[in-house]
Amino acid sequence: MTGLPSPPGPGFTGVVDPTRDAPPQDVTEPAGVNWGVGVTPGAELVPVRRPSAEPDDDGGVRTGDVDGWGRSERVRALARRLYDPVYRRYFRVEWEGLEHIPREGGALLVANHGGAIPSDAPVIMHGIETELARPVYGLADNLFRSVPVVGTLWSRAGGVPAHPDNAFRLLHDEQQLVLVFPEGTKGTGKLVGERYQLRRFGRGGFVEIAMRAGVPIVPIAVVGNEEAMPILAKSSRLAKLLNVPYVPLTANMFLFGPLGGLIMPLPAKFKLRVLPPVHFDVATNQDRYNHSVVLDQSAAIRTKIQDALFDMLRARRSVWSG
Amino acid sequence: MIGVGRRILVTGLGTYWGSRIAQALEHDPDVELVVGVDERDPRLPLEKTEFVRADSSYSILARIVQATQVDTILHTHLLVDSTVASGRALHEVNVIGTMNLLAAAGAIDSPVRKLVVKSSTMVYGSNYQDPYFFREQTPRTRPARTTVEKTMVEVAAVVRDFAQDNPAVVVTKLRFANVLGDNVESPFTRLLRLPVAPEVGGFDPRLQFVHEDDIVGALAYATLNDVPGVFNVAGSGVLTWGEVCRIAGKRRLAMPPLFTNWAAEPLRLLRIVDLPPEVTALLRYGRGVDTTSFRQAGFRYGHTTLGTVTAFAQAMRLQHTVGHTPDYQYQSDVEAFFRHSPAVVRETS
Repeated sequence: MTGLPSPPGPGFTGVVDPTRDAPPQDVTEPAGVNWGVGVTPGAELVPVRRPSAEPDDDGGVRTGDVDGWGRSERVRALARRLYDPVYRRYFRVEWEGLEHIPREGGALLVANHGGAIPSDAPVIMHGIETELARPVYGLADNLFRSVPVVGTLWSRAGGVPAHPDNAFRLLHDEQQLVLVFPEGTKGTGKLVGERYQLRRFGRGGFVEIAMRAGVPIVPIAVVGNEEAMPILAKSSRLAKLLNVPYVPLTANMFLFGPLGGLIMPLPAKFKLRVLPPVHFDVATNQDRYNHSVVLDQSAAIRTKIQDALFDMLRARRSVWSG
Repeated sequence: MIGVGRRILVTGLGTYWGSRIAQALEHDPDVELVVGVDERDPRLPLEKTEFVRADSSYSILARIVQATQVDTILHTHLLVDSTVASGRALHEVNVIGTMNLLAAAGAIDSPVRKLVVKSSTMVYGSNYQDPYFFREQTPRTRPARTTVEKTMVEVAAVVRDFAQDNPAVVVTKLRFANVLGDNVESPFTRLLRLPVAPEVGGFDPRLQFVHEDDIVGALAYATLNDVPGVFNVAGSGVLTWGEVCRIAGKRRLAMPPLFTNWAAEPLRLLRIVDLPPEVTALLRYGRGVDTTSFRQAGFRYGHTTLGTVTAFAQAMRLQHTVGHTPDYQYQSDVEAFFRHSPAVVRETS
């Protein structure tokens, strides 16, 4: 619990942190198993549980497998097969603390975000789906949805527009794993010199959703991603003109050309550390939560990820080989 | 009040829904009287329902309510299909009609104790910023732009005000998803009856449908039970437009994702299909609603979204083989004879 800010203010309802009395983790040696090698390739189907399945089924014949969230398990399976070499050979992803991700029940996965076109979302989704055989729904800016083809593919591959109602329904009603990057585009728009320095975690909305849904938050620190597509410079004027969050000049563009530089990441070594889940001891399904509690929790989770990132970066010898 | 049974006024008796619900209600033993108003003839044969021809802005409604002492008004006459009426007519029927209706229902000595409104999930709009499942209290993410949507939003406000001003009246507003059924004419039945179904290129939206029997069932449920509030009504589950077309056995033809409404214009002029902006928006972003609260209020659906689409596909195949059955023709003299002539032997009640 190092790095937690001063005791929360009035109205604090208490947080149960299972690691409160746990010994500090050894930061030089990864405590968990190296999950990156010797596991079965993840092209097989992940069972998507649907607790809210139609209670009055009337014998219709489906021709596809797109669920209520636009996600298709077939598309996911194809994406996993195509992405597996990238995940294993290119990024050589290593996980530690994967046991902190619950095997059943809803949980909100919260991670740091970076790189012009970030690889953290596909890596986390691919990793958890192949290692734990649980589907992960990734929340992202709903701007995706308005782009033809891209929006549809993104949705089929498990992307969901980041609307509080969507998050609540996934977490509470369907008890799924949901991935969110509270930094949003402020995280991905960081310049290379600002990498691994977490931006503001929104307005703490992710904490409120987890409280409302009654699920734990599982913080994840991702190292490597922020060097996979570093932004050297960005134009705010062009961004305003194109109505996008940022227009980056990435290091990748010098290697792969102006367009390839937004598609091809650099082969940085990915290491992910899953931190112990944060449980909230508050009543679920409330319309509002005490804002000071929400902001304190948000800041505490941000600090945990920030501390873990600094720990991991201290131990890292090379961007490319880890 | 007169008698013991329920006395019900149905607006829009000349619509398919008005006739269907009147048919369903007149056989209910608790219902004593069904009066229907419309400017058109009833669409289906009715045995007991009394039909009053009235213009759709309902200027004489206060007199009808007073004269018949109805305790329930079932407002089924809201136009949600902008291809069948001009913008002015939509405003006249939806907004002015509802206002006159509610003025009659809210008169000082009004006998009305219940109001059921057949509305549409169109009030939520369809936009990329929308949640995937609208709950009844979720607001629109963007203001309404098309006339039909504006009138629906305005009607929602009028009904909400009425409910607040008349706490003694049980007000139920049912928001129905898009309907599919072989007897109904709706934007999506038209699209699926085309040789190729249009889509917006690069988009495959999530859609929900509701079966026509569930619409009638939901209206009857709200009429015969007290369930105040706003409720979404849609078959459970979600299907993409692509899958709907596959189930219906239709190939798809992509329209350009940019300037879609311009591209739809020649189709309208050539009378192939009319795709108003609220329909192209649905073909782009779709819409889903949360249906738990009406279930919790006790309603049981007969069909899921998948079942609705499957049933429609089967009905289309049947129609393809045997053709349409002839439409019912209302004959006022015959109906008046059966209802009121002393020559007809009736059971005395």
